[in-house]
Amino acid sequence: MRKPYVRPMTRWWRRDPYFVRYMWREATALAVAAYAVVLTVGVWRLAQGQAAFDGWLQALRSWPSIVFHLVLLAAMVIHAVSWFEIMPKTMPMLFVDGERVPAATITRAGLVTAVAAALALFALAWMLKP
Amino acid sequence: MTPNPPRSHAPIFWGLFGAGGMLSALFGPMLVLITGVLVPLGLLLPPDYMSYPRMLAFAQNWIGKEFLFFVISLFAWHAAHRIFYSLHDVGVHAGPVARLLCYGAALVVTLVVGGSLLAIGW
Repeated sequence: MRKPYVRPMTRWWRRDPYFVRYMWREATALAVAAYAVVLTVGVWRLAQGQAAFDGWLQALRSWPSIVFHLVLLAAMVIHAVSWFEIMPKTMPMLFVDGERVPAATITRAGLVTAVAAALALFALAWMLKP
Repeated sequence: MTPNPPRSHAPIFWGLFGAGGMLSALFGPMLVLITGVLVPLGLLLPPDYMSYPRMLAFAQNWIGKEFLFFVISLFAWHAAHRIFYSLHDVGVHAGPVARLLCYGAALVVTLVVGGSLLAIGW
């Protein structure tokens, strides 16, 4: 019997730069998950008292943690940018004066909002300084 | 047609995915920068910025409590949903076991954070 040809599907996404972007975008979920776990451990240790929480703070100050968070930061930026890039496709169609709002306008508005939100959060953190 | 067709639970998970995705797109980068880089290194913000008494007071405050609960749990539900729907793309069968692991992990995060915040009190 002839052996049928099966097109290999391993690393299929390498065939097209569009798919590579898609995979990067989806992979940012790993960073979001990792950061949620880091914060979950922090809140859990906080409930256990000072000694436990100080251990978590100490771990955050280690170099592996700093490098890890820089990687998370890069992934979060990719997530934020790609989130607003695909928003014109994921949200309902938007019309102003009977004209459909162009995708680029929606993306730009989203990115401006994200930068404003980040700056506002930093300003709030700054005001809460001891 | 049946008068009351069975309703899908998919919109709930899609909604949690969207809410967490939007929240992490708006605040994720700055949160990671503050808690993971600036405060540990003492850059711009003092190194004792997240000290135990300060974070305890933050978690005992209603606004701080809700912030922690919604940020952490929605990040987890967003990631769980996205990872589950990407499994097929990396050649993993997205069956009931994978579904249980993904959404179960988000549920564990939600319960641990919620339980800890309740234990911290007001």
